[in-house]
Amino acid sequence: MADQILNKELIKPENLVYKKTKILNDNVMHYCPGCGHGTAHRLIAEVIEEMDIQSDVIGIAPVGCSVLMYNYFNIDMQEASHGRAPAVATGVKRLWPDKTVFTYQGDGDLAAIGTAETIHACNRGENITIFFINNGIYGMTGGQMAPTTLEGMKSSTTPYGRNIAMMGNPLKITELVAQLPGTCYVTRQAVHTPSSVRKTKKAIRKALEYQKKNIGTSFIEVVSNCNSGWKMPPVQANEWMEENMFPFFQLGDIKVPEED
Amino acid sequence: MAKVRGTIVVDIEKCKGCEICVGACPTSVISMSTEVNAKGYQYAYLNDPDGCTGCTNCAIVCPDGVITVYRAKVK
Repeated sequence: MADQILNKELIKPENLVYKKTKILNDNVMHYCPGCGHGTAHRLIAEVIEEMDIQSDVIGIAPVGCSVLMYNYFNIDMQEASHGRAPAVATGVKRLWPDKTVFTYQGDGDLAAIGTAETIHACNRGENITIFFINNGIYGMTGGQMAPTTLEGMKSSTTPYGRNIAMMGNPLKITELVAQLPGTCYVTRQAVHTPSSVRKTKKAIRKALEYQKKNIGTSFIEVVSNCNSGWKMPPVQANEWMEENMFPFFQLGDIKVPEED
Repeated sequence: MAKVRGTIVVDIEKCKGCEICVGACPTSVISMSTEVNAKGYQYAYLNDPDGCTGCTNCAIVCPDGVITVYRAKVK
């Protein structure tokens, strides 16, 4: 079955309509099967390729599942300590104002240990782009409760479900940063279906274009799955995400620049 | 009338068998193999030569970017 490729006569360079972008290298990603990180990585890489800014972009990697993301991108990247990616990005952007600087962070990194850096970078209106992957759980360390874990959602530290009275409310940090005057573009997207992937790609493109206009921080939340942490197969995890995550974390633009 | 036909090439050794492409295919022509790759994952493959339209839905949802899509008009 390994050589069962149908319609071989169509496989010609002129018929090629989709191929993995060259901004991503050939390393096999360490993410679990079906993880949204891979799709989010690829979308960022595709936008970098389309905008032709490969040599002018600097990415800041977080701590979390995506800690090794610099292994997959053919761009300049810098690792930051846990939660401090916006602070590192601030320094990079101020030294290199002509470069496009982005951070890529998970919910444990951005919304827990890095809350202060996130809020202050957004409040200062640093001209950086923040990609925030929200899967409602600490994926890398074994599925512990994160600030974004939903009420009643099971994790390894909330085996009976998150109890609001005891553990507090889930944090909508995207709505929080949208209140700050320093942010110019704040949106929440997903990467689980073809249509959501296309919308997310447009949002990433917009965010990187706004960065070139120097009008403030652009912030994109991507609601993603964590099938290993949620203990579900990938397809079922995506269905669970639609049913449970989206009513609380509603998709769509939260803040857009006034000229639009 | 010209018909659009497509085909996909799956990088079998990089496919992790998550099956997200199977649900994303509008014509339901992607299946999971019964064989496994070197890592033990059942990989995706095109099961019907006439069904694929080369819409790229499977490729853009693939988390590992293992699907390459070709499309052409045939008479």
